[in-house]
Amino acid sequence: MSEQTTRPVVRMRGIVKRFGGTTVLDGIDLDVHEGEVVTLIGPSGAGKSTLLRCVNGLERIDSGTIEVDGEQLSSTEKGLNHLRSRIGMVFQSFNLFPHMTVMDNLTVAQREVLGRSSDEARQRGAALLERVGLGNRADAYPDHLSGGQQQRVAIARALAMDPAVMLFDEPTSALDPELVGEVLDVMRTLADEGMTMMVVTHEMRFARRAADRVVLLADGGIAEQGPPEQVLDHPTSDRGRAFLQQLAEH
Amino acid sequence: MQDFLELFAEYAPLFVDATWVTLRLTAAALLMAMVGGALVAALAMSRVRPLRWLATAYIGLVRGTPLITQIFIIYFGLVAIVTLPAFWAGALALAFHNSAYIAEIFRSGFQAVPRGLTEAARSLGMSRAKTLKRVQAPLALRTTLPVLGNQYIIAVKDSSLVSFIGMTELFQTSRNMAASTYEPLTAYIVVAIYYLVIVLALTALVSWLEHRLSAHRRPAAA
Repeated sequence: MSEQTTRPVVRMRGIVKRFGGTTVLDGIDLDVHEGEVVTLIGPSGAGKSTLLRCVNGLERIDSGTIEVDGEQLSSTEKGLNHLRSRIGMVFQSFNLFPHMTVMDNLTVAQREVLGRSSDEARQRGAALLERVGLGNRADAYPDHLSGGQQQRVAIARALAMDPAVMLFDEPTSALDPELVGEVLDVMRTLADEGMTMMVVTHEMRFARRAADRVVLLADGGIAEQGPPEQVLDHPTSDRGRAFLQQLAEH
Repeated sequence: MQDFLELFAEYAPLFVDATWVTLRLTAAALLMAMVGGALVAALAMSRVRPLRWLATAYIGLVRGTPLITQIFIIYFGLVAIVTLPAFWAGALALAFHNSAYIAEIFRSGFQAVPRGLTEAARSLGMSRAKTLKRVQAPLALRTTLPVLGNQYIIAVKDSSLVSFIGMTELFQTSRNMAASTYEPLTAYIVVAIYYLVIVLALTALVSWLEHRLSAHRRPAAA
């Protein structure tokens, strides 16, 4: 890893997030560098998804700073919209627009946000559908697709915006086991092609094979981080050992 | 039966004219009520608490008082300030009334849009307004259409109360018929037929719209 030579695409400093009286994130510092794939793991309630949602402003942070692609995450509506168009987000529950065809799902934001022409947006959409293996489903509605197919469309929809970084929030947790593989395949290809990615996941195989760095969150902080084999096989922190012990028991 | 058919035919031209009055009146009222209802729903979902109170008070007032009272208050109240034809006084009263119900329908429709879909739109960089236009409003319309159709049907029949401020719409025409033929039962059965035809046509229109807007829920064409 060449963390010193590449610039951080995501730079988080002193992130604090509270829900009511509970402090979920307690002063997190985290950089994600260009082309790096970072997976966030940890016990449920550790704030993995919350941290991810802070990156594109779906959750407002109580203190700290976040920069994406050199731009500070602003609190103004306009600034936030602009930055969000540079950050791809893939949700656990896909969240495709059910009243639009697959192609419309892929083109609506290209047209409305990036101002691309209808032709341009469709071309880009078709190319991305081809890439996620769904070139023949452009006219289908999301309800007619399997969960795995829907998630692949959701990935294509985010990629259509040419994002600087892709955020994945437990992208395979809502899928039937036999459909997990096709989504992970797409993500692995993406990682190999050099996409900068932050992935919250319980898929340790993905963490092991595709991640450059594994970050273990616990008790509102980073308990441990490093290359997958180090964090997953030789954890040094008590929290890390406890979490991996729990995983091993399943 | 012979007598009934003869009377039906004799009065048909008057009832057909009155049907147009009822349709125009209800259409004008519902158009205004859709705008009014959207505004009130926006107030009801506002982040500003006094605006929410305002919406709650308005909805409570309208739903808690009889329509006929509202029609009289608006008619006699407005006539005291501005000269207003009975048609527009009636349309305004019906709009005032239906806005409250339609506001509640809109509000329930928006709240039924899964939050994840709004988040997905916002995370693609779409502004609040664009998210509303492309995601929330179309989905809210789809879920509320059956209930909205129901409200339209109620509005058509409620428009009969406007006869009390002297408008010769359908119901007033049946009262006139009853008075001049001394056959009240016949007159009210005749007018019931006209209302029924209007409501059935409206129901068919709403079903057609529902069908058109639900392509995404039907199984894919083979």
